[in-house]
Amino acid sequence: MATPTEFRLPRYGQEPEGTHPPLGFPGYRSTALRHPKQDLVLLPQMLTEVTGPLLGPGRLGEHDNDLTKQHEGEPQGQRIIVTGRLLDGDGRPVRDSLIEIWQANAGGRYRHTGDRWPSPLDPNFTGVGRTLTDSDGRYTFTTIKPGAYPWKNHDNAWRPAHIHFSVFGSAFTQRLVTQMYFPDDPLFYQDPIFNSIPDEKARQRMVSRYDHEITQAEWALGFQFDIVLRGRDASVFEEEEDEDE
Amino acid sequence: MTELLPTPSQTVGPYLSIGLPWPDGPHVVPEGTPGAFWIRGTVRDGNGDPVPDAMIETWQADPDGGFRHPDDPRGEASGEFRGFGRCPTEADGTYGILTLLPGPVPGEHGTTQARHIDVSVFARGLLNRVVTRIYFEDQDNSADPVLATVPEERRGTLIAAKTEDGYRFDVRLQGDGETVFFAV
Repeated sequence: MATPTEFRLPRYGQEPEGTHPPLGFPGYRSTALRHPKQDLVLLPQMLTEVTGPLLGPGRLGEHDNDLTKQHEGEPQGQRIIVTGRLLDGDGRPVRDSLIEIWQANAGGRYRHTGDRWPSPLDPNFTGVGRTLTDSDGRYTFTTIKPGAYPWKNHDNAWRPAHIHFSVFGSAFTQRLVTQMYFPDDPLFYQDPIFNSIPDEKARQRMVSRYDHEITQAEWALGFQFDIVLRGRDASVFEEEEDEDE
Repeated sequence: MTELLPTPSQTVGPYLSIGLPWPDGPHVVPEGTPGAFWIRGTVRDGNGDPVPDAMIETWQADPDGGFRHPDDPRGEASGEFRGFGRCPTEADGTYGILTLLPGPVPGEHGTTQARHIDVSVFARGLLNRVVTRIYFEDQDNSADPVLATVPEERRGTLIAAKTEDGYRFDVRLQGDGETVFFAV
């Protein structure tokens, strides 16, 4: 005999049209051979999708949230503090959640064997950080402002300065990798990655805000960057469960 | 509650391997765990060429079909099972994840989902992750409610083949035998 048992699972809403980039975007040449051409199949949000990895303090080392303290000396460049909150679309803080960042150094060079353009590496800068959000969803990194760098996507192409952010949220559906930009960057207009976001207002949500309250006197400039993930509402589905003996 | 607008996705770019890989990333379970096997595969592009700068992430139930997560209404699974794997691709496009077979998981409307693993693929040239699922060829997939929605001629792209030390699951981002990707 089977009796119906109600399962209440969270359901994560769809982002408004124009929030995310299309997978195929001719202006960004690397998408040409890498984006699926078949239609995506709708995957209902079930148990595997509404759960996700909850990765704790075991992932963190001592200086993981201060990229200026990971070596013997201090890195070259403008010291900055980047802080913000990880929220879901309903404004709830996402607590104790892992945030990972990676970035170029002040001259726009990544510590990666594939990055060969003629700007020097900085022996005191790796460009990798990790932290957990606090009970208010807040994170803070100290780092240096990354430089812009050239790439070969189009003639005289330069990426605006950016920091890569990787966040998990609470569920597989909320996983997000994005890039944080800096206010008033003159390179935005020619960058196909930034401009791949169809909605101009959504694009601006990737741009951090200078905040003099965060700036520390005689020390570092402050920037605010909130990250908002998909919101959730409760829904119900029924499940047949074997009756207890 | 305040309605907030979501942050857009951006590509991981070519240099994710400085920031995202962890030494134990590919190990959903530690090496030597009884019953552990490798899921190995190659990520390929529309020309069939290997993608050397991609990253695979996996998320799955434990062998009993439980999740160590507060939103599992059956109760949060106990134990140390991480459920999560992460592996960047090598120069030849290959990756490997060491894990245990997930248990069957309830689906909607009284159905039971076949043993499966949710997968995210990230890469330079992917402006957003793409999502797929791994099923296993030596398991009974006949009643799976998700596979049933996938056109029959494409289902094979979701089914990992048995190998000597586990299973093979290749990802074809585009072109002949393009992997089925899902909207979640």
